[in-house]
Amino acid sequence: MREALIAEGITKIYGEGAGAVTAVDRVSFAIQPGEFVALVGPSGSGKTTMLAIAAGLLSPSFGKITIAGQDLQAMSERKRTRFRGSSIGFSFQANNLVPYLNVQENVELMLRLNHKLDRKGRQRAIELLTRLGLGERLRSYPGQLSGGQQQRVAIARALIHEPSVVLADEPTASLDTSRANQVVATFAELIHEQKRAGIMVTHDLRMCKYVDRVVQMMDGKVSQILTERQAIDALANLYVTIDEGRQAV
Amino acid sequence: MPVFLAIKEISYSKGRFLLIALIVALITTLVLFIAALAEGLGSGNREYIQKLNGELIAIQEKVDLSVAASQIGRSKMSEIRRIKGVSDVGQVGFAAGTIIFADGRKSLDIALVGVEPGHPGEPEVQTGRPLGRDRSSEAIVDANVVTQGKVKLGDTITIKVIQGTDEELYDLKVIGISDGRKYQLRPGSIFVPYLEWDKIRPQATQNIGQGELVSNIIAIKLDDPSDWKNIANTIQANVSKIQVVDRKTAYEAFPGYSQQQSTLDTQRYFTFFISVLVIGGFFQIQTLQKVAQVGMLKAVGASNFTVVIASLTQIITINALGVLFGTLGTLALARAIPPNVPVVFVGQSVLTAIVSLLMIGPVGGLVSVWVLLKVEPLTALGLAQ
Repeated sequence: MREALIAEGITKIYGEGAGAVTAVDRVSFAIQPGEFVALVGPSGSGKTTMLAIAAGLLSPSFGKITIAGQDLQAMSERKRTRFRGSSIGFSFQANNLVPYLNVQENVELMLRLNHKLDRKGRQRAIELLTRLGLGERLRSYPGQLSGGQQQRVAIARALIHEPSVVLADEPTASLDTSRANQVVATFAELIHEQKRAGIMVTHDLRMCKYVDRVVQMMDGKVSQILTERQAIDALANLYVTIDEGRQAV
Repeated sequence: MPVFLAIKEISYSKGRFLLIALIVALITTLVLFIAALAEGLGSGNREYIQKLNGELIAIQEKVDLSVAASQIGRSKMSEIRRIKGVSDVGQVGFAAGTIIFADGRKSLDIALVGVEPGHPGEPEVQTGRPLGRDRSSEAIVDANVVTQGKVKLGDTITIKVIQGTDEELYDLKVIGISDGRKYQLRPGSIFVPYLEWDKIRPQATQNIGQGELVSNIIAIKLDDPSDWKNIANTIQANVSKIQVVDRKTAYEAFPGYSQQQSTLDTQRYFTFFISVLVIGGFFQIQTLQKVAQVGMLKAVGASNFTVVIASLTQIITINALGVLFGTLGTLALARAIPPNVPVVFVGQSVLTAIVSLLMIGPVGGLVSVWVLLKVEPLTALGLAQ
């Protein structure tokens, strides 16, 4: 199957000369449609910078990002903006939603941007939101929702326009454990079902149990890639084990 | 898309946007009142000269166009009349008088204007008839005398003038009513035949003309009004000791006229400037508060065009709404203003004010546009370059 996203030798260097900092160092990976990948690592490891480059929000110093067969660097700024709107779905850590649009309008925004808002589109938005447990909150404004609900609206927005790639930056940052599990579980389910290529940046290793692959970064480089289910679950359970250990003491 | 976002945000934050529209409305009211005051004071000063049925005005030479100081003898008028291109001439004299009322009402200050019946200087009557003979105790009153003095056609009014040190009273019959013809801010004007005027005017300067009938100005009507520049030069070249100017030059030389207008203009420009800052500042602060949100919108694929047009649509809409409120409010207020207050809500100045006020939105929004263009989509990820 053709890859939805290919990152080849991505390098990002800030500054020049002796003060230059390499934030991302020769990172390469490819993601298939229907595959959900977690990008993990400590702060400063370069995972968010890598996400920004994969999203076409930041240009790499070297390397190439290809999404759905299209080279992001070959596009003009204007075309790249339009491409983000049509082929990439986003969920951010904060300031995800437009405060003056209600839940349904926030999701429909992506269809509106692509001039694809019709009756069928509206219907899909409602169905998707209902699926995410927000069927009763279609007319609510973001300010009236809990953090978990807002994050679910963002997930609906990231998927509604049927993008090739879905990117999520710390989707569980402001959620408690049970809500975090719920949000990421649904997210993974939809990515698999709708055959999107998903990347989630997270510092919460417990969330790895929902992904198919874990790319671990350290000092700008890929330090480890886990593809075996067992290995991933072991990583995800690391904290659980520690937590249980704490409780036992 | 941008208009959708703009309208959604306005309806979501109604209170805030209404508040800024109200500020614009108040500024509009202020600007319109200043414009109306400029119009009212200006027209109260120049109205008679502006509406004069003669294209040129002859004033005595070397008096710096001071109508009050100007003295022109009747012989000059005859000389002017003989010049080719001059259709008709008329002597016009100005004096101050007061209408007093027998029933104890407050007296009304007026400009007492002497005009030659049937010649330039005499206003057209709207009701009644024009002045008949050169020497008769009759008068045309202007519309202001009617509204402020409750004078009617056919009434006999009593004029009080100071002659030397004595108060003299003259009775005049109102035979015609003209439109508003204010002169140098006197609340009203009355027009009497020149010979009659010469008799009842304040007489301190009686003997200057040495027997010759003297007036302040001579109103000159031309065969071809468009040729006024050439004829003015011809008259000046052929008739000694006079200066010939058009009406505008004449009233702009009135004592304090230009200064008054420029003071009011300065106020108006400052108010405009302040409103641009207020509107621009408000929307800029609002835009700065939205940087994260705008970054998110750009990240998910909204173009610069979308965010800029959304913002400008808001500013222009709110500003236009404020101007509309302010204009309606001012119109309502204007109806409640007593007629003796010199504010006039007609004329080009009010229209110009409204158009300029509508421009405040787009001009004030330019700073916001600049801010919006600088927002990087990268801020959505908490990163900045």
